Amino acid sequence: MNAGIAGDTVRHGRHDPDLPPFGLKHYLICLKGIMVREGLRFLHQRERFVAALVRPLIWLFIFAAGFRQVLGVSIIPPYTTYVLYEVYITPGLCGMIMLFSGMQSSLSMVYDREMGSMRTLLVSPFPRWYLLVSKLLAGVAVSIAQVYVFLAICWFWGVKAPTTGYVMVLPALLLSGLMLGALGMLLSSLIRQLENFAGIMNFVIFPMYFASSALYPLWRIQEASPLLYTICRSNPFSYAVELIRFALYGQVEWLSLGVVAVCTAIFLAAAIRAYDPSRGLMARKQNMGGNA
Amino acid sequence: MPSRIMIVGLGLAVGMSAGSALAYEVYVSNERDNTMSVVDSETMEVLRTVEVGQRPRGITVSRDGRFIYLCASDDDTVEIIDTETYEIVGTLPSGPDPELFVLSPDGETLYVANEDDNLVTVIDIAGKKVLGEIPVGVEPEGMGISPDGTTLVNTSETTNMAHFIDTASHENTHNVLVDARPRFAEFMPDGEEVWVSAEIGGTVAVIDNATREIKHKIEFEIPGMRSESIQPVGVRINKDGTKAYVALGPANRVAVIDTETYEVEKYVLVGQRVWQLAFTPDEKYIISTNGVSNDITFIDVASDEPVHSVTVGAEPWGVVVSPK
Repeated sequence: MNAGIAGDTVRHGRHDPDLPPFGLKHYLICLKGIMVREGLRFLHQRERFVAALVRPLIWLFIFAAGFRQVLGVSIIPPYTTYVLYEVYITPGLCGMIMLFSGMQSSLSMVYDREMGSMRTLLVSPFPRWYLLVSKLLAGVAVSIAQVYVFLAICWFWGVKAPTTGYVMVLPALLLSGLMLGALGMLLSSLIRQLENFAGIMNFVIFPMYFASSALYPLWRIQEASPLLYTICRSNPFSYAVELIRFALYGQVEWLSLGVVAVCTAIFLAAAIRAYDPSRGLMARKQNMGGNA
Repeated sequence: MPSRIMIVGLGLAVGMSAGSALAYEVYVSNERDNTMSVVDSETMEVLRTVEVGQRPRGITVSRDGRFIYLCASDDDTVEIIDTETYEIVGTLPSGPDPELFVLSPDGETLYVANEDDNLVTVIDIAGKKVLGEIPVGVEPEGMGISPDGTTLVNTSETTNMAHFIDTASHENTHNVLVDARPRFAEFMPDGEEVWVSAEIGGTVAVIDNATREIKHKIEFEIPGMRSESIQPVGVRINKDGTKAYVALGPANRVAVIDTETYEVEKYVLVGQRVWQLAFTPDEKYIISTNGVSNDITFIDVASDEPVHSVTVGAEPWGVVVSPK
């Protein structure tokens, strides 16, 4: 983090009391600006869009085919009958898109910081929390678009959910996207350099993804290892996946909804605090004489 | 304004009566625990479990829906169950080890395959007496009757034949060799074809009823599934004769077949070791009995998607749906 940015933001991050207060319209203009930038960035990186889709599709077409016989022996809610493995992992793969996408936007924040374009964002007179939430929403909107394209491909592959499920899944995706994005944002505040991001892959994304209910039902994990089961049960990503899974079948899983909502609030609060130049980790880093 | 209320009221009444009229009772024989499960076809919940004779297998219902006929194989008898009281109100005399049977189209005669003595027993239901015994191959099981009631087809599991029997003379007129272990025979609604499934052979033979020769053999292939585990048993064809459903045993799938092209259109995932099938009278659902997973699966006929699986008794074998 540049000392200059921190200095600027301390001054510009607060609204000048001499000016009239911002109306809703101003806030929306700000949100639109951030959204459009995120959307443009996404559209200009077609490889990123393809890459974001290829990952879950490889899982669906290849991995699921190989593990077809894994399931089909037990019925667990929200399913009311036997399902093929590809049907089971589809909500997990939606979660995977949200997870990778959330981490990717946090990566882009590290990049923005290094390249200096974050300065442009943070000199805005809007409150810091609002800027961060807008940035988060923009990232989530992009990943939701990816999920819907993925679900459309699944539909042609024969993995079909009830029509209402495709509507009900939207708020579930939004909330779990916010949770994962806020987590990514929190992590991004801890990373000083772009190169360190690989560590996030190894220490956050993979454990979160594999130690969850995305790829296998938790009762199966419990049979294999009670410890692993406990780990999976305490992984917020498991709850995000279950929230998406139930929503896709037109149901609300209240426990998952609660866990995801609480985690979102905690991660978001921590991220906002971390990005607060006067208190958070950024200030501390600066005091430590960091060069980032 | 009152007329509008009346229309709304009428609409509600029609809607409600239509809703309730769609619910049928599904009767499932549970081979292992000697019970029969009664399941509601709309709520898909078990309504009651009825104690019956030993090793219940073949199950059917009278044309008016008043009585259920059930093969109590180890009791060597066919039991009659009242669908109002769910009590056994009588028995019909069959040979030893009755396994499967078919009701004549007029609902008056029952043709029973007795697994142990290589006979098909013809029973007059009203008089509760045996009208005749027809010698067939070894281990008779599958029973199909033509829509006009003139031709009966029995399959013998060890002889590997479909025996064509004239119901007027009780004579075995034609024998058609099919693949190993034929389990089930089902006529097309127009009576022109008989479909015979072969459990070990893994095929369904389509036999021309006019020439009594096999005109086509349907084979099955499921990606990732060994061919030995594809064991066709129960066969059902819809009323307009366009779609056939074949239960594939330990493959845990029901094949949906286009009767024009004889091509398998889809494999529907159900529970483990699926044997018998039954349509609801409105053909909204077809229901499969899954012997190893102890449940039945409702398949939506319009979309051919499995909708719901319901746990019933131990080793569900046969299934029939009340006509009302």
